[in-house]
Amino acid sequence: MGPLSEITPQASVDTALPLLRIDTVGKQFGGFTAVDEVSLDIKAGEFFALLGPSGCGKTTLLRMLAGFETPDSGRILLHGEDVAQMPPHQRPVNMMFQSYALFPHLNVRDNIAFGLRRAGMPRAEINARVAELVALVRLEGLEKRRPEQLSGGQRQRVALARAVARRPQLLLLDEPLAALDKKLRDSTQRELLALQRKLGLTFIVVTHDQDEAMTLADRIGVMNAGKLAQVATPRQLYEEPRSRWVAEFVGDVNIIEGQIEAREGGRLRVATQGAGVLTALAPRDLGGATDVCVAIRPEKIRLSQRAPASDSGAATINRLEGTIANVNYLGSASSYTIMLDGGGATLRASLANAARVSADAYAAGQRVTVWFAPDDCIVLDR
Amino acid sequence: MSARNIFTRPARLAAIAPYGWMVLFFLVPFGFVLKLSLSQVANAQPPYLPVFDLGAGWQALIAAVSALSLDNFRLLLSDQLYLLAGLRSLTVAATATVLLLLIGYPIAYAMSRLPRHWQPLAMILVIVPFWTSFLIRVYAWINILQHDGLLNQILLTLHIVSEPVVWLSTDTAMYIGMVYSYLPFMILPLYATLSKLDPALLEAAADLGSSPLQSFWRVTLPLSLPGVGAGALLCFIPLVGEFVIPDLLAGSDSLMIGQTLWLEFFTNRDWPVAAATAVMLLAILLLPLVIYDRFQRRQMVRS
Repeated sequence: MGPLSEITPQASVDTALPLLRIDTVGKQFGGFTAVDEVSLDIKAGEFFALLGPSGCGKTTLLRMLAGFETPDSGRILLHGEDVAQMPPHQRPVNMMFQSYALFPHLNVRDNIAFGLRRAGMPRAEINARVAELVALVRLEGLEKRRPEQLSGGQRQRVALARAVARRPQLLLLDEPLAALDKKLRDSTQRELLALQRKLGLTFIVVTHDQDEAMTLADRIGVMNAGKLAQVATPRQLYEEPRSRWVAEFVGDVNIIEGQIEAREGGRLRVATQGAGVLTALAPRDLGGATDVCVAIRPEKIRLSQRAPASDSGAATINRLEGTIANVNYLGSASSYTIMLDGGGATLRASLANAARVSADAYAAGQRVTVWFAPDDCIVLDR
Repeated sequence: MSARNIFTRPARLAAIAPYGWMVLFFLVPFGFVLKLSLSQVANAQPPYLPVFDLGAGWQALIAAVSALSLDNFRLLLSDQLYLLAGLRSLTVAATATVLLLLIGYPIAYAMSRLPRHWQPLAMILVIVPFWTSFLIRVYAWINILQHDGLLNQILLTLHIVSEPVVWLSTDTAMYIGMVYSYLPFMILPLYATLSKLDPALLEAAADLGSSPLQSFWRVTLPLSLPGVGAGALLCFIPLVGEFVIPDLLAGSDSLMIGQTLWLEFFTNRDWPVAAATAVMLLAILLLPLVIYDRFQRRQMVRS
């Protein structure tokens, strides 16, 4: 089986090392730093997403893992072996390209078999493996078709089958679903997850789509300007962003700037410009900063026409008065923009449209009480 | 309704115009040549018989038509001179086309791999020789290749040879002239296909374990075959009928079909045999065209 056997895991020998260790890897293009001293460990079997805006360096990082770019500094350890300078065709890593990069002169079968032939696999084994892969991605009957005779979804599945054909320990996926329409993307996401579990492969997916990253990944690395801003599970990333940039990039958020006024036990009192004094959960690692911002996700904000019925915990609940400035009906939820009294700060709140005919629906111009729990406030460095 | 409206009268005219052009400037002249090829040589003005004279009445016209014969074609097929000339044309054109491919492909490939902003310059460098007349360039080669020409001077100075080599009036000189003159026709279609090749395909090949050489054989070469076909055809067809280059650079001991055509027409003043040769040449050249057309059609069906 030649080179294919080299791909079989050696990691079991050394369990202390992760499958992939990216160690202070940097890459510059001209004077522009695309990837800035990134370090990251990927465990075997993990589904990892690199998320970030375009130009953040996520694709460059992925291309360095595939071998299409060579890092200027740092090491890329695969099973403990530094592959940073290894040409792509010698790496036991495969990639699924954003454009799929299917060979237009080869049919589905030959596209999938391409990597197996290069590995010198015997013909009978290739036939068996291709048949297995064709069944796996449900392309039976289309083996003789050429890429241009396939739909976008079918091409995506051919690209996927071709990329996993060599059973790489590490599969890189560059925006794997970007070229599909929304409906197809949802079903393909589920298939991708099922496939990863079934084959037990390690996936690293690059995406700019946070819903995609959240749905697919066990862990997400958010990149900004060549650096990893935060590496966390989807829930942590959303509920415990480590910086204002991450809080604003992932999901929707209200940011209110202010100064820390007092610290009472586990709580902070933050004096804000337009929203009075807010009580928030004290974060563990704020250092000595006093200029902070308070971040609240829109769906954590409640609205009511009267003050909350139970006023017993009033001291610990943040309560503000305001007027509905704008209502956006979005189907499953509605988004409200509230102009707060005195100061002109605005807040966005998102409420699920739980009933078809809602008596609680708010209209523009209506006076409301806005309230949210201190535990839902995240205090971040400005 | 709206789909029909595309074919307004000016649009229809534009669609017909190329066919009108073909009829007027290709089919009609070809009809003349075909008629001439079926005539007999005569010591007259014009130098062939019969002559269609529409003024001479119906009977005379029928007599003229019945006087047409395939004698010239029989001559072409029976006389070894023409068969050998035809055979030599095909082998010379095929050899030159292979040489052009071997030289042109690496150049076109290198051009397509240049940084984007250098490619137009490379393109201009390929086309620049066309700014000088073709004949002058062939004469320049006579100068370079003659006994005391530039090539021999360089070879002598570098002590590669001890006495001047005979270049001129050899097949080598002819091939040099052919490759030089036709190289742009080979490079440009090749460059056009190679520069359109998606670099991601080569990355995908490398990713799937292909060494650079394997990637070339498995991906680049197969995908550039349409360019190879177009370039080969663009060179092969005019090369078969080539007259100037073999006449000026090759020896006089064997002829290409274009040269026999010239001889029949100007030296022998045998217009009918010259016309028959031209018709024969066209028939021979139709074959590669039909094959290429088949190939193209198959590609079209695919996409």
